[in-house]
Amino acid sequence: MSVLVYTENAGGKFKKSVFETVSYARAIADQNNTSLIAVSIGEVDAAELASLGKYGPEKVLNVSNEKLKNFINQAYASVIAEASKRENADIVVLSNSFSGRGLAPRIGVKLGAGVADGAVALPDQEGGKFKVKKTAFSGKAFAVVELTSEKKVISLNSNAYKIVEKGSAAKIEDFNAETKDTDFKTIIKEIIRSTNKVALPDADIVVSGGRGLKGPENWAMLEELADLLGAALACSKPVSDAGWRPHSEHVGQTGIAVSPNLYIAVGISGAIQHLAGVSSSKVIVVINKDADAPFFKVADYGIVGDAFEVVPKLITAIKEYKASA
Amino acid sequence: MKILVCISNVPDTTTKITFTDNNTQFNTNGVQFILNPYDEIALARAIELTDGGNGTVTVINVGEINTEPTIRKALAIGATNAVRVNAKPHDAWFVASQVAQYIKTNQFDLILTGQESIDYNGSKVAGMLGEFLDLPSVSIIKKLEINGTDATVEREIDGGKEVLTIPFPFIASTAEGVAEPKIPNMRGIMSARTKPLTVIEPIEVKTLSEVISYETPAPRDRVKLVSAEDPAKLIGLLHEEAKVI
Ligand SMILES: Cc1cc2nc3c(=O)[nH]c(=O)nc-3n(C[C@H](O)[C@H](O)[C@H](O)COP(=O)(O)OP(=O)(O)OC[C@H]3O[C@@H](n4cnc5c(N)ncnc54)[C@H](O)[C@@H]3O)c2cc1C
Ligand SMILES: Nc1ncnc2c1ncn2[C@@H]1O[C@H](COP(=O)(O)O)[C@@H](O)[C@H]1O
Repeated sequence: MSVLVYTENAGGKFKKSVFETVSYARAIADQNNTSLIAVSIGEVDAAELASLGKYGPEKVLNVSNEKLKNFINQAYASVIAEASKRENADIVVLSNSFSGRGLAPRIGVKLGAGVADGAVALPDQEGGKFKVKKTAFSGKAFAVVELTSEKKVISLNSNAYKIVEKGSAAKIEDFNAETKDTDFKTIIKEIIRSTNKVALPDADIVVSGGRGLKGPENWAMLEELADLLGAALACSKPVSDAGWRPHSEHVGQTGIAVSPNLYIAVGISGAIQHLAGVSSSKVIVVINKDADAPFFKVADYGIVGDAFEVVPKLITAIKEYKASA
Repeated sequence: MKILVCISNVPDTTTKITFTDNNTQFNTNGVQFILNPYDEIALARAIELTDGGNGTVTVINVGEINTEPTIRKALAIGATNAVRVNAKPHDAWFVASQVAQYIKTNQFDLILTGQESIDYNGSKVAGMLGEFLDLPSVSIIKKLEINGTDATVEREIDGGKEVLTIPFPFIASTAEGVAEPKIPNMRGIMSARTKPLTVIEPIEVKTLSEVISYETPAPRDRVKLVSAEDPAKLIGLLHEEAKVI
């Protein structure tokens, strides 16, 4: 047996979450004393592929042809399932990204494998069992899921596993996977990617604004704060519902779940639905003018004050800190 | 156009999640169950697309009799008819197997699910259905428009979006943006009582996964407050103490 990890790329580049996923898969391969094979699909250049070696795969399968240039859920699932058969992999690991959430279930069915989605820790394989801890109830809890099938598919949440550099060079091998014509019914018309922005699900730092900011015109100061910190922007549900910010920035139980190192909430009350999606952040900072706002109960650091006074001061303080560092 | 919307019955978003029996059972005591918020979006779009008698919207739920209030809610919102597969939804594989079986004997042009159920957050049913039925599936869509024999959808990707066209039939899982959830009106609520709700028995399915226990996140230490006059102090703490900047 072996472990196979799918390394998704965005416009030919691997992101941090992919290195987390490869590190995680390496650790699972080590648990089982077996090898790790990575599979990359699409147009990724040799240097980028070679960069995967650091995180521990013995081999990287490179699937690159015109038809598979862009992500087609069905076709990519076929390729990954084929790769896992060829490499005799019992465990397939991938990121629980937007694309990963389309792929994992399809690969699971193709392989007859149980699927553990949204894993947050290494599997516990004690006593020949295979138990995976995953988020449940939108971040309000964790569930431990036992996979009882012989083959297993695991998707890893971003920011849940630390990158470990423990490999050297991986052998890169071209792989021509077979696909069916019916895999290609979906046609991609357009891909719009804002390359200069930090993607919210992967961000190390998130700056988030709520209704306390009064209107979209007041986001400039949050944008400045986010830029200074290299952070992604987020917002509460009423803010995106009102059209102040795009839906893609809405975090919480019915939005995106995030778990950055640092989450800064400005003018957000801390409703249970909001907390659900952000409570696994490592450090939470709350800025709110109401000392009784529920968010302070789950925060690590807080400032009770008016955002319109505090945020500009914070920006000045960060600039000074950066200048002195 | 015949649309099938998969609906799940989940704890209300305000529920404080607790467990019993040594953290092996979800404590449903006093918990109000609702139609999964993402499924409300799928249902709303399905109703819009069939507006004015331009097709039907069937909702399907895999669940025991206690899910019927949620199914009736979907009928009140505007679904044409409902199907309940009479079984506990063991996992996504089980649910998708049951729904796929129903689809095989009742053709649909479009099958919608929510992006995830807010209890187990699996995001799995849509993709599994696609594979069981050998149909295309797109996950986490933000927009769905129909143009003749195919549809244009927008899908969320990291830091952007992708626009795709897909021929019918296909499966999509819906996120915010696809439609505004609809609130049932009085007429809807009245007619929901008499709309058909068919109960069918499940097929046998192998078990591949099992939830064996739960954990709740560790509570945080008390918040450290910094004076609003001195945000520089916060920066110092984040750098030196928390080590996150
Ligand atoms: C089914 C359902 C799902 C939901 N899902 C989500 C979800 O996923 N995510 C989500 O966020 N919400 C969700 N909600 C909504 C949630 O219940 C809250 O209504 C919402 O989170 C509140 O947003 P808010 O904190 O921005 O606004 P408010 O609750 O209005 O809070 C604004 C806060 O700003 C503070 N404030 C005001 N002025 C200032 C100032 N000048 N300076 C500093 N602070 C100030 C106030 O003290 C207050 O605490 C959901 C609700 C339902 C019913
Ligand atoms: N028991 C169920 N019956 C019918 N549909 C379901 C059920 N559970 C989940 N679904 C559908 O599948 C979607 C994704 O659920 P999940 O894969 O569990 O996150 C939900 O939004 C529903 O549309």
